[in-house]
Amino acid sequence: MKILVAVKRVIDYNVQIRVKEDNSGIVTDNVKMSTNPPDDNAIEEAVKIKESGKATEVVAITVGEEKAQETVRKALAVGADRGIHVKADSILEPLAVSKILQKIVEKEKPDLVFMGKQAIDDDCNQTGQMLSALLNWPQATFASKIEVRDNKLEVTREIDEGLETIEINTPAIVTCDLRLNEPRYASLPNIMKAKKKPIEELMASDLGVDITPRIEQVKVEEPPKRKAGIKVASVAELVQKLKNEAKVI
Amino acid sequence: MSRESMEYDVVIIGGGPSGLSTAIKLKQLDPNINVCLLEKASEIGAHILSGNVFETRALDELLPNWKELNSPIKTKVNKEKFLFLGKTKSLSWPTWLLPKVQQNHKNYIISLANLCRWLAEQAEALGVEIFPGFPASEILYNDDGSVKGVATQDMGIDKEGNKKDSFEPGIELIGKVTVFAEGCRGHLGKQLIEKFELSKDKDPQQYGIGFKEIWEIEDKNHEEGLVMHTAGWPLDNNTYGGSFMYHAENKQVFLGYVIGLDYKNPHLSPYDEFQRFKTHPAIKKVIEGGKRISYGARALIEGGFQSLPRMFMPGALLVGCDAGTLNMPKIKGSHTAMKSGMIAAETIYEHFKENKNLSIYEDKFKNSWLYKELYEARNVKPSFSWGLILGIIFTGIDQILFRGKLPFTLKHKHADHETLKPANQMPKINYPKYDNIITFDKTSSVYLTGTNHADNQPVHLKLKDPNLPINYTLEKFDEPAQRYCPAGVYEVQIEDNVNKFVINSQNCIHCKTCDIKEPSQNITWVTPEGSGGPRYGNM
Repeated sequence: MKILVAVKRVIDYNVQIRVKEDNSGIVTDNVKMSTNPPDDNAIEEAVKIKESGKATEVVAITVGEEKAQETVRKALAVGADRGIHVKADSILEPLAVSKILQKIVEKEKPDLVFMGKQAIDDDCNQTGQMLSALLNWPQATFASKIEVRDNKLEVTREIDEGLETIEINTPAIVTCDLRLNEPRYASLPNIMKAKKKPIEELMASDLGVDITPRIEQVKVEEPPKRKAGIKVASVAELVQKLKNEAKVI
Repeated sequence: MSRESMEYDVVIIGGGPSGLSTAIKLKQLDPNINVCLLEKASEIGAHILSGNVFETRALDELLPNWKELNSPIKTKVNKEKFLFLGKTKSLSWPTWLLPKVQQNHKNYIISLANLCRWLAEQAEALGVEIFPGFPASEILYNDDGSVKGVATQDMGIDKEGNKKDSFEPGIELIGKVTVFAEGCRGHLGKQLIEKFELSKDKDPQQYGIGFKEIWEIEDKNHEEGLVMHTAGWPLDNNTYGGSFMYHAENKQVFLGYVIGLDYKNPHLSPYDEFQRFKTHPAIKKVIEGGKRISYGARALIEGGFQSLPRMFMPGALLVGCDAGTLNMPKIKGSHTAMKSGMIAAETIYEHFKENKNLSIYEDKFKNSWLYKELYEARNVKPSFSWGLILGIIFTGIDQILFRGKLPFTLKHKHADHETLKPANQMPKINYPKYDNIITFDKTSSVYLTGTNHADNQPVHLKLKDPNLPINYTLEKFDEPAQRYCPAGVYEVQIEDNVNKFVINSQNCIHCKTCDIKEPSQNITWVTPEGSGGPRYGNM
């Protein structure tokens, strides 16, 4: 069984995001970048499945600019066997990424495609679902537990009401939640070995898909600043303020 | 416990200007020398903080074609100011009356973090293997006592010291020569200085704490290329310190404050002095209407010539601020750090090729411009122990009339942890409230550093005696850690009417001030799990 795992390069989750002065986007120069956190969970799960003997190969893929390859290299350092980097410098929307992934799936013929449930930069939460529709494959989203059975997956999903367990046929798409596992550290010797693992480089333009953006970004703004709170002396005062000032009760 | 090991010709600890220059120079001298460089930050540059007005002398020697290599050295200094600040007034000092070492017209305003990122690219292109996210936590020794290499930190240890599922043991990196380039108060450098008695017959080392904020300011207030320094308010005559304001590219100003850690009043809060300084009319008018986008702090090493330890020992060398090559009157340490690394590389090359002893590092150092620079600068910092006014008068005589050639050397008398007076003998200082426009509290400042340490790991600020902060330091010095820490790591909280010393180690921004200033040397800074600490951008 072969597992394809999609990873994305995003601004590190510890960095405070800053909006450009002209509201055209966010500042990315000299900002620490990392792998999208739930994508780390996706890689970890795929590697674990391989280590349990149920998969034979884990292929990591990313779509994006030159430096996006770092995320593939990191995936190789924690156990992926080889990588694919589809190069594209333009803005990539989820539909464009899923179309590119569709082409790669047709070529690589994996049994499973894993990825994070959503990326922490645009919070779209769409790529997995769109890929599932394009391939007409079953999908399991927000996975917090995955059991591999013969030609089937039992997946526990994190939903608003609690946990939902479903069974789907393979081939399938699974998007991974943060509670799925604890990603391992890349050890120094494995980082060294990862430098020698192959990464296939492709151009998005050569895949014959239309990746032109369909959404026009009008403006990016910071959320309004929260006003400082006040301390109230009694419950009565709190109720009074909630009623007359905040007008919420 | 057995650990994997990897062997290199040279292992370098620290990806700052000195470590990276050592690596580049080694590869230039002989591409076949294999070099690896460890860095504790999540990426090169993320733990680098500096003013910085950059003198290119060392870089001109290391990479003479740096201008063609798309380096981040762009903004040439075109105007200089020096102000003495009173509480509301300021007096401008003519720059032609400044000692030559404080004139900057040939220098550039840069982000040292970005310079390091660029140096790392040059080093990698030459074949240096750079590993960010791997702190060296332990020195390894051969049976004969010489340095064998280092071990990296174990990953995946919980608060109680147990192995988590994700446990990943450290790796031993064995080097024929190990170069320690950790920067000011490196925690391994500190151990080496003690073990090999490298500071024997030297004056006690001197330190300062430096703050930096980056502001994006209004067009009308921005003068790209302007360098301004101040002395005076808000510090009193007996406290050593001053400010910098550098107008960099993209409408940014690098605004900072440095205070000598030999201050005496335990009620003094370096952080609050910096915040208060920004409210001076001469400063406020520049940043008003602008936006603070970065904050950080780092200890710097100021002892200079008299405190410089021996920089070689069997199997290892100390370079840059890990030893203490900063030139204090110049307020610059980057070019000197780079030069010390380049000399270290030449030493190692000759050690390999001609089997020369590593002690030739000292001779090479003595024959270099670096030595001359530090020698001529030596009397400035100690003269300020007489106060700002006498210090300035002496410095004028020493630097302008005699150009550092006076036939005597002033001494540093005390280590910084010895200088605090008991709290009840010193005046309390009432700092103004933060306005959240020009001045900010520590919490929102620390937020800007992006610092983070994976939770559920051991506290990396070790107390030799866990009861000392409450039983002794609180009563005698009003526990100054609450104030000297620029990141709010230390707090004294009252729980059920009992004082409790709290260490919020996840806030730590790796400045090392606590390790230096704690009056009983009760706090030891050790490396946290790799990638922890601040995520500085263009600091």
